[in-house]
Amino acid sequence: MMKDLYKELEKDVRYLEGLKSCFNCGVCTAICPAAEVSDYDPRIVVNIVQQKDEAELEKLLKSDTIWMCGECLSCKTRCPRGNTPCYIIQALRALSIETGFFIESQQGRKQLAVKRIVGEHILKYGYCVFIDEIDTEMYPEQGPIWDWLRQNKESILERLGTSYNKEQSGTLRNISQESLNDLKKIFDETGATQRFEKIEKYSSGKAKELNIEFNDGNDDYFKYLYNK
Amino acid sequence: MKTRKNEIWAAYQKEIADDHYYFARSCIRQNFFPAAENLYLNILRNELEKDIYDDARQTTCTGIAYHSGIIPFETIMTVVARQFSLMNEAGYENFIASCVTSFGIYVEVMDTWNHFPETEQKTRVALKRATGKTFEIPKNLVHASDIIYKFRKEIAAKAKFRLINQNSEEPIKVVDHIGCHYAKIFPQEGIGGAEYPYVLAGLIDEWGGKQVDYPERRHCCGFGFRQYLLKSNRSYSVTNSKKKFDSMQPFKPDLIIANCPGCTFFLDRWQYVIAEMKSKTYGENGYGIPVLTYEELAGLLLGYNPWDIGLQTHQVAVEPLLDKLGIIYDSGKKYKGRNGEDIGIPENPLVLRCC
Repeated sequence: MMKDLYKELEKDVRYLEGLKSCFNCGVCTAICPAAEVSDYDPRIVVNIVQQKDEAELEKLLKSDTIWMCGECLSCKTRCPRGNTPCYIIQALRALSIETGFFIESQQGRKQLAVKRIVGEHILKYGYCVFIDEIDTEMYPEQGPIWDWLRQNKESILERLGTSYNKEQSGTLRNISQESLNDLKKIFDETGATQRFEKIEKYSSGKAKELNIEFNDGNDDYFKYLYNK
Repeated sequence: MKTRKNEIWAAYQKEIADDHYYFARSCIRQNFFPAAENLYLNILRNELEKDIYDDARQTTCTGIAYHSGIIPFETIMTVVARQFSLMNEAGYENFIASCVTSFGIYVEVMDTWNHFPETEQKTRVALKRATGKTFEIPKNLVHASDIIYKFRKEIAAKAKFRLINQNSEEPIKVVDHIGCHYAKIFPQEGIGGAEYPYVLAGLIDEWGGKQVDYPERRHCCGFGFRQYLLKSNRSYSVTNSKKKFDSMQPFKPDLIIANCPGCTFFLDRWQYVIAEMKSKTYGENGYGIPVLTYEELAGLLLGYNPWDIGLQTHQVAVEPLLDKLGIIYDSGKKYKGRNGEDIGIPENPLVLRCC
């Protein structure tokens, strides 16, 4: 286990940029869409972090709390002291994954599902989201218009002048292997690949503890995280 | 004479280059509104006679992954640096981001390099080691809608329609939704800042419509990144959108225009979900309130065929708006495929009226 959590946190520029000093006015909480729909309270998060109590910080890293923020960054506009609670959250999330604490909370565990959707789509397609992977079973809000579009995608996407399945510039083009290789090498060089590996490794242990099937893709553990 | 008021307002302006742009595409727009970006390029090239470069080598900016917490800041900084490098190689200096999330990312990265110069140096080393590339920072970086705003008068001069209800001769009532990452992170980078965002309101004013100023005008659409991506968290997203719809409905808007790809999607699709779950619709006669992007609205007013610019891929039907604007359309061609072939029609939702 990592001994000095604050030492690690203070290496993160998001943390350095995000925390000046907080006097607990609560304006961030007043403007926060996450606080609107849950008991999330960014004022409390910032207050805990600035107290520099290692045990409290560890509790935070193991909690659902740090995963409730929607990163809209409304808090950055409004803080009268120049703090950005969302940047602090970003640093806390990074440290929670780095330490493996993320699997201790129900919300934190879900990072595996996000990694397997968005993370893997980026490396496979060069897009964060891609039409071939989005269906109305996983995304029912897409509605019947999406089913119609997907069922007829070659015809409709050609009518609309896209480059779907084509090796040329334009909408929904095939991104070249050279560009995909660049992304993979950047991921290897800058820590994204290692973060993916950590998410998988710690999640594998948690799935075993919960006795849920764990392989890859949309396995039972993924479905458990994605749906519940 | 320059007054103090002029000086204050000057702080809410931004520099927008006149011509010669490098275009960075949006993941969400390409997938969910697949004709929007081509329309944007057509308006710039054919209507405004601008030079804009569409690069096959670009990729996602990885912004959704970054804001969901699955990739480090170092990774997205280096992906951004690669996009800048591609712009340099193509011979351009002015960068247009087609996505508000991306726009926020690019500005955040450059701001970080300014505050922490060592992060720029580390990014340069990482990019070189990973790809062999080097980069220069753009001279001008804007969001795609900033260009439409800059040339709103030129578009108005060419428009075949104005935002006037042909039945009542009253201005069309338009809700503008800016998207949090356009100006809430770096207010000085958005037209009108965070307090008086004018990038879309300026289009409404110039094109003859009436702004709807409702209580939750600046509230988030509820994307929330990881909150939307996971089915189990999605109530966050729909609840925030519903808060906005409930707040705007008493003003009876004819149209919503959105700045951000995610917001456009959510404001369109959550109306469908709320209708099916709660039997609640926000438009007239069982319809929803049509949701358009800024270039879709420009395209309609310029006289483009609504089905050529992809408005049939929206879940909320646009016909009530077309009727008010006096735009003639062929319903029979709405759901045709390439070369006009019959490919069937989408199922009708149970509650939301669509045609």
